Amino acid sequence: MTLETILFYALSFVSVGSALMMITRRSPVMSALYLILNFFALAGLYLTLHAQFIAVIQILVYAGAIMVLFLFVIMLLNLGDEKKLSEKMSYKKIIPAGLSFGLLMELLYIVSYAKSDLPLTHIERATEIGTVEYVGKALFTDFLFPFEVTSILLLAAIIGAVVLAKKKLD
Amino acid sequence: MGMEILVSTAKFLIVMTVILVSVIILVYLERRISAFIQNRTGPNRVGPYGLFQAIADVVKLLLKEDIVPKNAYKPVHDLAPIISIGAALSTFAVIPVGNTIELFGTTMKLMIADVNIGILYILSVTSIGVYGITLAGWSSNNKYSLLGGLRSSAQLISYELSMGLSIIGVLMISGTLRLDQIVQHQTMYIGGWLPNWNIFLQPVAFITFVVAAFAETNRLPFDLPEAEPELVGGYHTEYTGLKFGLFFLAEYANMITAAAVITTLFLGGWHLPYAENLGLSAFTLSLLQVLAFCAKVTVILLFFIVTRWTLPRFRYDQLMDIGWKVMLPLAIANVLVTGLILVL
Repeated sequence: MTLETILFYALSFVSVGSALMMITRRSPVMSALYLILNFFALAGLYLTLHAQFIAVIQILVYAGAIMVLFLFVIMLLNLGDEKKLSEKMSYKKIIPAGLSFGLLMELLYIVSYAKSDLPLTHIERATEIGTVEYVGKALFTDFLFPFEVTSILLLAAIIGAVVLAKKKLD
Repeated sequence: MGMEILVSTAKFLIVMTVILVSVIILVYLERRISAFIQNRTGPNRVGPYGLFQAIADVVKLLLKEDIVPKNAYKPVHDLAPIISIGAALSTFAVIPVGNTIELFGTTMKLMIADVNIGILYILSVTSIGVYGITLAGWSSNNKYSLLGGLRSSAQLISYELSMGLSIIGVLMISGTLRLDQIVQHQTMYIGGWLPNWNIFLQPVAFITFVVAAFAETNRLPFDLPEAEPELVGGYHTEYTGLKFGLFFLAEYANMITAAAVITTLFLGGWHLPYAENLGLSAFTLSLLQVLAFCAKVTVILLFFIVTRWTLPRFRYDQLMDIGWKVMLPLAIANVLVTGLILVL
């Protein structure tokens, strides 16, 4: 096993484990903390793929900004622990459970038996694709239109948020 | 491979030791200067001129009982100071303290990690540091601590934006995210005599960045999270002994880091003007440049301290107003103007 494989398994274990912990915790603050841990593990996985830029943006934007806001709101509202739901076993629970289990089995089958036919065209330039320079060039040349459309969408969202936050429009 | 790990570990140990020792000196300086400004004597009993006062303080903090309040959430209560100190110390990994130096026949760069996303790394680590304070406030289960934690997260979110935007102007001029290349870019001269430091090219960015740095390090006039008269002690009210000591250490380590980042981005980093023309040997020049870096950091730290003891604290709404209505538009305008000038 190379160092990268060990790192991959360790980070995957942490990310799956923290995701599970996040959805099973009662306290909203603890859920948020496990989500942050999950983001860190994901950033580590990006690093093993040589995607430095995505990794650092993952931490900067998700862990450093969005989750701080989440935590801020949770703490401001002083949310208590969630009550345990004592639902009876019903078809509403059994059918989704069966379907999810089926999906999991299918995924496992595909992952374990499928041949890897992924295109290997970019593999020799893998270290260079993850850099800021490459991402920037790609954004402003090949993906210019989607990039601009996204920015207009974000602008519309900002204006919408301001309108919603204003109590009275005068 | 083995050699690289050895060199990195050595660099890491040296940087950590220097930071921790500087924190001790900084605490002593802060107390003496504040005493001077307030017409007091300050610590003068332990050792000559009270020089060993900080060491006595550290021993006291180490020996004190660690009290966790009954209703506190223990795991997070323990985790919070670790996050704070971890974030404060790890920023230094990408800061170049000097140019290359030749030791034992090999040339090495005087920085721990030479990554091509240096500046983004600094921004992301600083944004992680807020969790330490926020979680300390929340897990103490005390209304004053919670208020301190909430204030700090609101404050950091507000000032991170202007901090990031003020850096963009510098990045546009240097055209790289690598900190050593940003410094390298500042070693030129404008008109043959004025050093090409970013403070001369980007004065507005410099001002907004310094103000944001004050806010990010929770220093007066932006120390709302701890505001003693209204919040008792803010987020660290319920902390004692070593864990309180870690918060204290983190605050001063953050100051040193902020000063180092300001030096790197705006004051030419390790660049010592005109020294390269003196005909010194490469080794002496490298040493002088490291000294120049330390001198610049010290000047900024003294500025931090003097500011703390001369200005009163802002009110909370004033703080938010400055962040969103003054700093942010200024930083955006700076980016626009820089872009226009670069295009023309």
